[in-house]
Amino acid sequence: MADLHFELVTPEKLVRSDEVHMVVVPGSEGEFGVMAGHAPFMTTLKDGELKIYKTPGSGPETITVSGGFAEVGDQGLVVLAESANA
Amino acid sequence: MASLKSLKLRIGSVKSTQKITKAMKMVAAAKLRRAQSSAEAGRPYSTRLSETVNRLVSRVQVSDSSPRLIRGTGKDDTHLIVVVTSDRGLAGAFNTNIIRAVRKKAQELVAEGKTVLFYIVGRKGRPAIQRVAPKAIIGQYDTSHMKAPAFTDARAIAEDLVDRFQSSQFDVVHLAYSEFRSVLAQEPKIKQIFPVVGTPVAETDKAKAAPASVEYEPDEEAILAELLPRNFSVQLYHALLENAAGFYGSQMTAMDNATRNAGDMINRLSIQYNRQRQAAITTELVEIISGAEAL
Repeated sequence: MADLHFELVTPEKLVRSDEVHMVVVPGSEGEFGVMAGHAPFMTTLKDGELKIYKTPGSGPETITVSGGFAEVGDQGLVVLAESANA
Repeated sequence: MASLKSLKLRIGSVKSTQKITKAMKMVAAAKLRRAQSSAEAGRPYSTRLSETVNRLVSRVQVSDSSPRLIRGTGKDDTHLIVVVTSDRGLAGAFNTNIIRAVRKKAQELVAEGKTVLFYIVGRKGRPAIQRVAPKAIIGQYDTSHMKAPAFTDARAIAEDLVDRFQSSQFDVVHLAYSEFRSVLAQEPKIKQIFPVVGTPVAETDKAKAAPASVEYEPDEEAILAELLPRNFSVQLYHALLENAAGFYGSQMTAMDNATRNAGDMINRLSIQYNRQRQAAITTELVEIISGAEAL
């Protein structure tokens, strides 16, 4: 399956722009995982950890994010966070 | 006519002024590069965010129950202009330009019978605005403690203003800042922030392009209510960055001109000095020769 295009952006800079397998996002109504081909979706975030699975088998890489929202569209997943720390 | 000694002193003083302006130019150039790169780094976020906000605004039905930031206060009697200026001078007409644009806008609004208030970011704006409208300044944010604009500063300003907006201190908010076109050109810009005005043409394009079945969590309105203050902080942050970049660009140009002017002045003074020295030597020679002839 094709990889998911994932972008993590903060006001200061574009933190990540990558092709990944799956990302688990801490949505305000609960965590959700996004893989390629996810239906269009948009939500605000709660402060928490973003888990990035680069390949199907690999362990997650976590980035702590706070304040922001996530948008899933045709172009992939875009997370706009106010701050992000690896 | 100035004496040789005083000429020499003046040349010396102009030379040291030139050294200072040259150093300031170099410092400004270095800071400009940093300010420019951080302005560029912030661009993806602000474009993404305003795209999303535009899309959402076009989808949400404005009703009486919608958040105040979306529907406005229902009036447009009191306008607030947020003026972003620099903390320091020696940057040519940088601050003058932005203040002139602000005054013009304020005059237009006053002519329409509106009340105009000001909120000032940066130190240099205050005296100029105070002169024309001493009572209209409702607040000021001091940016002199920071080296480079930080997002937290923009957020602090935005939160303050959103609070005031919620308590109906004003109905419309404009943001005035200098847009960084190039090192040589900074353009004063004034845009309306609240209530949100979508760009109609782009919106219809977006509505067509965007898939209709986007799911929202919690729902459009809740997201928008959270997004708008954030969008405001981001726009402010963007304005601060542009302002910083513009300021250094303007300072660099101003200092470059000053350095060149000092160079011209040194040349002129040196010519004068040399002429005078030659004249003195000639007179002395004439005196010696006529003295020798007299013997």
